[in-house]
Amino acid sequence: MTIEVRHLIKRFGTFTALDNVDLKVETGELVALLGPSGSGKTSLLRIIAGLDWPDAGEVRFDGEDALARGAGERQVGFVFQHYALFRHMNVFENVAFGLRVQPRAIRPNEARIRKRVMDLLELVQLDWLADRYPSQLSGGQRQRIALARALAIEPRILLLDEPFGALDAKVRKELRRWLRQLHEEIHVTSIFVTHDQEEALEVANRVVVMDKGKIEQIGTPAEVYDNPATPFVHGFIGESIVLPVQVSGGQMLLGDKVLDLDLRDARTGPSHLFIRRHDVTVLPPGGGVIDGDVKRVRAFGPTQRADIALHVGGAETLIEIDAPRDRDLKPGEIVSLQPRRYRIFAGA
Amino acid sequence: MTSISKSHAPPVPQGRTEPLLVRIVLIAIAVTFLTIFVVLPLVVVFAGAFARGVDAYLAALAEPEALSAIRLTLLVAAISVTLNLVFGVIAAWAVAKFDFPGKTLLVTLIDLPFSVSPVISGLVFVLLFGAQGYFGSWLAAHDIRILFAVPGIVLATTFVTFPFVARELIPLMQEQGTQEEEAAISLGASGLRTFLRVTIPNIKWGVLYGVLLCNARAMGEFGAVSVVSGHIRGETNTMPLLVEILYNEYQFVTSFAIASLLAMLALVTLIVKTILEGRLEEGQTARDD
Repeated sequence: MTIEVRHLIKRFGTFTALDNVDLKVETGELVALLGPSGSGKTSLLRIIAGLDWPDAGEVRFDGEDALARGAGERQVGFVFQHYALFRHMNVFENVAFGLRVQPRAIRPNEARIRKRVMDLLELVQLDWLADRYPSQLSGGQRQRIALARALAIEPRILLLDEPFGALDAKVRKELRRWLRQLHEEIHVTSIFVTHDQEEALEVANRVVVMDKGKIEQIGTPAEVYDNPATPFVHGFIGESIVLPVQVSGGQMLLGDKVLDLDLRDARTGPSHLFIRRHDVTVLPPGGGVIDGDVKRVRAFGPTQRADIALHVGGAETLIEIDAPRDRDLKPGEIVSLQPRRYRIFAGA
Repeated sequence: MTSISKSHAPPVPQGRTEPLLVRIVLIAIAVTFLTIFVVLPLVVVFAGAFARGVDAYLAALAEPEALSAIRLTLLVAAISVTLNLVFGVIAAWAVAKFDFPGKTLLVTLIDLPFSVSPVISGLVFVLLFGAQGYFGSWLAAHDIRILFAVPGIVLATTFVTFPFVARELIPLMQEQGTQEEEAAISLGASGLRTFLRVTIPNIKWGVLYGVLLCNARAMGEFGAVSVVSGHIRGETNTMPLLVEILYNEYQFVTSFAIASLLAMLALVTLIVKTILEGRLEEGQTARDD
């Protein structure tokens, strides 16, 4: 099932949640909607599910107008951030709910319902919890039950709203891997919303980066990470060093210092220089494009993270870099920095 | 409800509590206060009711006037509680699960009967339906009796007890949110089905709690009913009205006998209320994520 969204606009009072959004999701894809809170990603998901209605625009499933149908008729499985399990029903009845409310003509009989629910509970590896109530389950278990419940209606599309947002870090990692595997098994077209870039990059085939109601970039995890299309994407995905620079006369100026970097096709005017924290080589003083004082060093794991003060026009600009631990940096030391990769985005 | 500490609790070390004398004084004040304002009145009611023995008590309750008052009170309570149950659930559902213009106004209006003196509530109906009222002549022309008849008592009681169910349910339903309903809808359930299978089971203890308080107030209402009833003996006297009339006529045993029934209603209400509060709290903890 393909999902196509065209010119979608959604306003809440004076706030524009979705500002002319276009998106196409192919059959069997696992797409992440990634963005900060207020970026419109959840609104987009809820409109696709039929839980909200746009002010303008189209939503098509396999070319067919989805907005002509209510949420219940779209055969969409929806997983909520806070699970939304029916608290007065046990796990079995929660999963069976979608089958029991089907019209009599297509509703499976009790034995078939039983079989289907138990199959689903096995799929999410929680068949031993069938008689428990939601309040007796852990967060991770509840979310897996919520997923089983959504899958019970054999959805043509699976939508997940911050599915791991309410879980602790370790469970979140496990469930991520598990969701990835599950998707490979059942291959239903899926979209999930997240504000966690690591989650989006690790789980999705394609990532849709959103900000302020607009799509900033659509691409594979490698594309959005290595070739961010906009300053927002560069700043939001991965850890970035951002320096305000001035491009003029074929030179790049940081305050009063000339940075000896290839300008490529950068336009003249105020710009921003974006560098990944780990794309910086530390050299002896005078060896790189700019010198700085090491202020603080945190060494853990394979890298050390250092705060470095750059002296620009009398003021001190503090940046954070990640350096390999082949040579330990010491506070007070003067070093020179050389970016290996960088991007220049025009604009003040 | 604070739970009383287990019997094997270690003795509280000196300095962590007040001196013995202060404790005794404080406890004595509390007990005295409770005795004067709660226990004594209850005892007096039952003492008065049984002053001439059990036979006189039963005979007093079997008098036609008493029976008629009991019947009327039960009838009025049954109708107004049902009306307010239906209204309260619908109003709470609308307020808690949807956004619409005028929502704040509706919530304020629901609270109105709590802030108005019951006597005023009664007078409103006299102004509307009385002989000199807005609809008075029309009603008289069509031979419909509202004031000084059962419909008037039902209206006044319903008005006074209007907020109980809605007030209990609105915060409960707001706290529960709309996600379970949304989940049900996206799984293909109809609106009615979602309401019956998801919403109602989640609020049932709250509904019962509201109904219980609503009923206690409906049966005990005096002021508003007194204004609209007309005190027609054997016809429009509810139990609280009859208690007053009999008392003024020095028929103490009958008066207290009926009062004892109301007192018992209060006690039963209290017990059931305590049980329901436990259930509601359980429901609350079960909700914690």
